[in-house]
Amino acid sequence: MVAQLGWTLRDGYIVAGRNMRHFMRQPQLLLFSTIQPIMFVLLFSYVFGGAIGGSLPEGVSYKDFLLPGILIQSTAFRATQTAIGLSEDMKRGVIDRFRSMPMARSAVLAGRTLADLTRTIFVIALMVGVGYAIGFRFEEGPFEAIASILVVAAFGFALSWIFAYVGLIAKGPEAAQSAGFVAIFPLVFASSIFVPVDTMPSWLQSIADVSPVTATADAARALAIGGDVWDPLWQVFAWVGGILLVFVPLCVRKYRRLQ
Amino acid sequence: MAARAVEAQGIVKRFGSTVALDGVDLAVEEGTVTGLLGPNGAGKTTMVRVLATLLRPEEGTASVLGRDVVSQASDVRELIALTGQFAAIDELLTGRENLRMFGQLFRLDRREAARRADELLERFDLADAADRQARTYSGGMRRRLDLASSLLTRPRVLFLDEPTTGLDPRSRNQIWDITRELVREGTTLLLTTQYLEEADQLTDRIAVIDHGRLIAEGTGDELKDSVGGQMIFVRLANPWDRERAIEGLTRLGCGKPEPSELEREVTLPAPEDGIAMIERAAHALREAEIGVSDLGLRRPTLDDVFLTLTGAPATTDGAAPETGEIPATEPETAEARS
Repeated sequence: MVAQLGWTLRDGYIVAGRNMRHFMRQPQLLLFSTIQPIMFVLLFSYVFGGAIGGSLPEGVSYKDFLLPGILIQSTAFRATQTAIGLSEDMKRGVIDRFRSMPMARSAVLAGRTLADLTRTIFVIALMVGVGYAIGFRFEEGPFEAIASILVVAAFGFALSWIFAYVGLIAKGPEAAQSAGFVAIFPLVFASSIFVPVDTMPSWLQSIADVSPVTATADAARALAIGGDVWDPLWQVFAWVGGILLVFVPLCVRKYRRLQ
Repeated sequence: MAARAVEAQGIVKRFGSTVALDGVDLAVEEGTVTGLLGPNGAGKTTMVRVLATLLRPEEGTASVLGRDVVSQASDVRELIALTGQFAAIDELLTGRENLRMFGQLFRLDRREAARRADELLERFDLADAADRQARTYSGGMRRRLDLASSLLTRPRVLFLDEPTTGLDPRSRNQIWDITRELVREGTTLLLTTQYLEEADQLTDRIAVIDHGRLIAEGTGDELKDSVGGQMIFVRLANPWDRERAIEGLTRLGCGKPEPSELEREVTLPAPEDGIAMIERAAHALREAEIGVSDLGLRRPTLDDVFLTLTGAPATTDGAAPETGEIPATEPETAEARS
C-alpha cells in the first residue's frame, strides 16, 4: 500500500516534469499566460478602484481588497487549462503508451494537476510582486501571507481536478475550453472576489454567500489584510476536501476506461 | 504446460453499432512471431488494443502469459510493450528525454534509464538527433524512437501495430532488421500488417482477419498450400491477346484467372504440376499464335491466399499493391533537416 503510493507519487512527479518542460517549450503560451494576470491586476486596480473603493469598509483600500481576490480569479481561470492540456494529451498517441505501461493509473492525471499547481504558485508569486509594486501589502505577518497564498493554491488544485474530468469527457481541446469558461465565469464573478457581496442584489447574494469562491476569497483576504479567518477557512477545507474526494476517483475511473 | 504468450477466445468488441471484433480466437506461442494480417478496418488494431489492456472486450477472454488482460491488467502491463500505428512519443521532448522519461516510468532508476536511453539511441541510429525535439523527426525516425521506447525494459511480449505503414523502403528495412534481432533475443512478437510481403518475411505464423473474424490461421506455407497446387504465370508480348490466352489455358483445365492490374500478365491456378503443364501451355499458346515473353510455374503467394479467402484482392482499399510491395509514401526529408 505504502509502496504503491510511493510509485504513484514518483510517476506523478515524472509526468509533472514532462508537463513543466512542455510549458517551457511553448514560449508564446508562457509569455501570454504571464502577461495576462499582470494585466488583470493593473486593470482592475485602476479601472474599478475608484468606483468600488467607496463601498469598502472604512480604511480598506481597493488594492488591498482586490489582490487576494484576483489571485483566485487568475487561479480559477488557469484551472481550465487543466482540461485543455489533458484533452490535448488524449489526442496524442503518447497517452496510449502511458496506458499500456506498468505505471500508476493516476499518474498522468496527478502529473497534470501538479504541474498546473506549480505554475499557479509561480503566477501567484508574480502577481503578488506586481501588487507590491503598486502599493498592496500583506498586513498580518509572513506566515499568514504564505497561508493566504496556499489557500488560493489549494482551491486551484481542487478546481484542476474538476477540469481534469472535463478534459477527459470533452470531445477535443476546443470543447474542453468552452465548457471550462462557461462554468468558471459565473462562479468567479458571483463571489466576493471583486466586490463585497453585500453590494449585490439579494438573490445573487444568497448564491455568492455559499460559493466556494467567496469562502476562498474571504479566507485569503482575512489572512492577507485581517478579518475573520476561521469561518471561511474551514469552508475552504471542506470544499477542497470534498471536491478531491469526488473528482480524483471519478477521473481515475474515467481514465481507466478510455476507449 | 507453460502458458501461451497470447491466448484469446471469442473476443467481441463493438463501437456503437459497428462490430469491430466478432468472436476472434488467437493463440501465440512464446518465442514466435505471429502476423495478424488483414485489410484496413479488419479489426487488427482493435485486437491488439484489447490484448495490450487498452480496450475491454465485451465478450470473450484473453490472456498474456497466463494473466487475464482485464482482471490482471496491471500484471499484463509489466510483461508487454506496444508500438502503435501512430508513433506514441512526446513531440515536445527530445528523443533522449522521451526515452529517459519512459524508462523511469518503466520503473528503472534515473541512472539506469539514462544508460538504456543512450544505448537505444545508438542502436536505433538516433544518436545524432538525440537532443532535438521529436517533432522535428522524420516518419522513420519517429517510428524508431517509438520502437525504442518499447524496449527500455525487455518486454516478453511485444505488440507491433503496423510497424512499417507509411515508411519508405529504407526505414522499413531498418524496422525489419530490428524486429528480427528482437526475435533472436527471444521476444515474442505479435505484429499486424496489411502487407503480405511483411507477413511472409517476418512471421512464423499468420492469422488472417477480415471483418472482425479470423478467417485462416497457419504458417505461410500452410496457407499457401490451402490454396492448393501451383500457379501458371504468363507474360504476354501483346496485351490484346489476354482474353485469348485465358481462353486457351482454361481449355487445358486451368482455374479462374486472377484479376491483375498489368494487362500483359495472366496468372491462373494450374491443374497439375511440373514440366508437362508448361509444355502443354506453351504448345497451346503457340498454336493460337500468342506472343509470350515469359512463362512459368510458381507457388501461390500470400496474395493468392488472401484473394481466395476474402474474395477480394488485398488492394481493395488501395493500401497494398498487387505485388505485395510496400509503397514509399513518406520520404525521409526531415532527416536532412538536422
